[in-house]
Amino acid sequence: MNIIRFDNIHKTYEMGTQQVKALNGVNVSFAKGSFWAIMGPSGSGKSTMMNILGCLDRPTSGQYFLEDQDVSLLNDDSLSDIRLKYVGFIFQSFNLIPQLTVQRNIELPLYYLGLDAEESRKQAKEMALKVGLGDRLNHRPSELSGGQMQRVAIARALAGEPHIILADEPTGNLDSSTGEQIMDLLAELNSEGKTIIMITHEPNIAAYAKNRLHMKDGFIDSIEEN
Amino acid sequence: MKQSRFIRNIWLGIENLLLHKLRSFLTMLGVVFGVGSVVAMLAVGEGASKEALNQIQKLGSNNIIVSSIKSIEEESSSTQHSHMSIYGLTYLDHERISEGFKNIRKVAPAKLIRKESRLGSNTLELRIVGTTQEWFELVPRQILAGRVYNKKEDLESSAVTVLTEYGARKLLATRNTIGQTIKIGGDYFEVIGIIKSESGQAGNIQIPDQQIDAYIPLSTVRQYYGDIFSKRTAGSRTRELVELHQIIVQVDKTENVVQTAAGIERMLQSFHEKKDYEVNVPLALLKQAEATKRTFNIVLGSIASISLLVGGIGIMNIMLASVTERTREIGIRRAIGAKRKQIIIQFLIETVVLSTLGGIVGLALGIAIPCIITYFAKMPTVITVESILLPFFISVGVGIVFGLYPAASAAKVDPIVALRHE
Repeated sequence: MNIIRFDNIHKTYEMGTQQVKALNGVNVSFAKGSFWAIMGPSGSGKSTMMNILGCLDRPTSGQYFLEDQDVSLLNDDSLSDIRLKYVGFIFQSFNLIPQLTVQRNIELPLYYLGLDAEESRKQAKEMALKVGLGDRLNHRPSELSGGQMQRVAIARALAGEPHIILADEPTGNLDSSTGEQIMDLLAELNSEGKTIIMITHEPNIAAYAKNRLHMKDGFIDSIEEN
Repeated sequence: MKQSRFIRNIWLGIENLLLHKLRSFLTMLGVVFGVGSVVAMLAVGEGASKEALNQIQKLGSNNIIVSSIKSIEEESSSTQHSHMSIYGLTYLDHERISEGFKNIRKVAPAKLIRKESRLGSNTLELRIVGTTQEWFELVPRQILAGRVYNKKEDLESSAVTVLTEYGARKLLATRNTIGQTIKIGGDYFEVIGIIKSESGQAGNIQIPDQQIDAYIPLSTVRQYYGDIFSKRTAGSRTRELVELHQIIVQVDKTENVVQTAAGIERMLQSFHEKKDYEVNVPLALLKQAEATKRTFNIVLGSIASISLLVGGIGIMNIMLASVTERTREIGIRRAIGAKRKQIIIQFLIETVVLSTLGGIVGLALGIAIPCIITYFAKMPTVITVESILLPFFISVGVGIVFGLYPAASAAKVDPIVALRHE
């Protein structure tokens, strides 16, 4: 069963007087519970693909079905809702809110989901334990190492129990052994049934994914599917 | 449930503001001083106008006060040696006023003379008020001991006097008060009563009574001291002939006061060659005082809105800077799934918390300042409920008005751009 289906997706940006075609008719489906790596040189359209996948951006034309719902024409509020309920983001630069503690950072999606303070505290603690940071709840991001920060980001992405995890170069700012630990964690999440889509340009990181998709000039260049 | 979330949002706002304590405090100052000065100014203004109204009411709202004044020509010629000025209200004026107007209920004429008084070793310069017993009805004051004189004593020119509490303390000291004989000028008078006095100024009219007053029947004063008296000013001696210094008139109804005052003015005008009298209406002063108070409030309101405007702009400025500084945070929140509305609420709450806290601190300041003024400057101040509530709600309003724009600009942030923002 496909959790995501792109149907002839185009994305064109206006850059001054020039039109930049970032996506040029992409057709692809991702199955529920799969683990994909999206690869390609810079400018190949993989970031644009990620933004559309994460409902941060809308395609210029074409249809995007997320769990059989056409989300390509939804308004800003509805897209926010989709992100909140279906998508968890992991970024290269972690993107934790610096003034909030680990606990508060993990609680963020729960706050917007409308959970009460007590319930969200409990769930955030569980998530922190799951990523191995149960003893760092009251620290601020600046007091953590890069690997720990990415674990917080993963815990935050998981807190709202999304169906899809989108990871944008999750190991890009980490040394290789920390990067491997993070990848092990993602692989574990995938084995628990989460659909994971990851952007990377490092082949050894992409190797953790079961399927690989290569992009070039806004097209899908090749697909390695297992 | 809904309410607890609202309180939680406020706490989150406070937490965020506490991250930058100094900045938040400095931002608040504009509103603190705005609200503080408004509350303080209102309290001082209210106190002053209340006192003025009080004083005017002491004059009696149904009364008309006719006083003798030295005309300008007299004033300039009186510097010449051994000149005698003749001016002012006459006994005839008193009769004409008493009989010529149907709306007038009572009239009290008064002669005012300064005399030295003595009892044993105590001396005091008194202001002799030679008047009829009507005075005590038109200028009602509490009788502390004894009684005031009656019509019979007035007609018989009795040597009796009524002192004020102040005069009694100075002159009589610890002696028996009532029945004591004191020397005023060269003559002896029996003290038959002591009354409380109200002193002060009401608008531009002196209150009829003073602390150093001694009330003596008018006929007695005429008989003992006559109408001519001399004054020593700056080396030169001047002699004046004034029959009556003041005539206090009570009108039957408040509606008739102004009209009757105009009638008296016209009547006096036809009998006096010079303008050596003046007709004052406390009621008119009362209305004038109220109008002044209104103007005062408008001026205060303008100053208030300017200072609160400045405070609000200060808050808006800082919040705009804060939005720029926290662009990445906004992007993160949006990526996680926060709606635009929720970003707006977050920033709006921070602004309103800031301005409301400023309002509360300002209120404390605005209540403390009048208390200090009253304590040290002995000036009356009145803090009314409105003078507290109004600035407080305005400060909350300032937060909303000046918070909307920064909050809206925060919500407009594009999450894709914001996430790459450094």
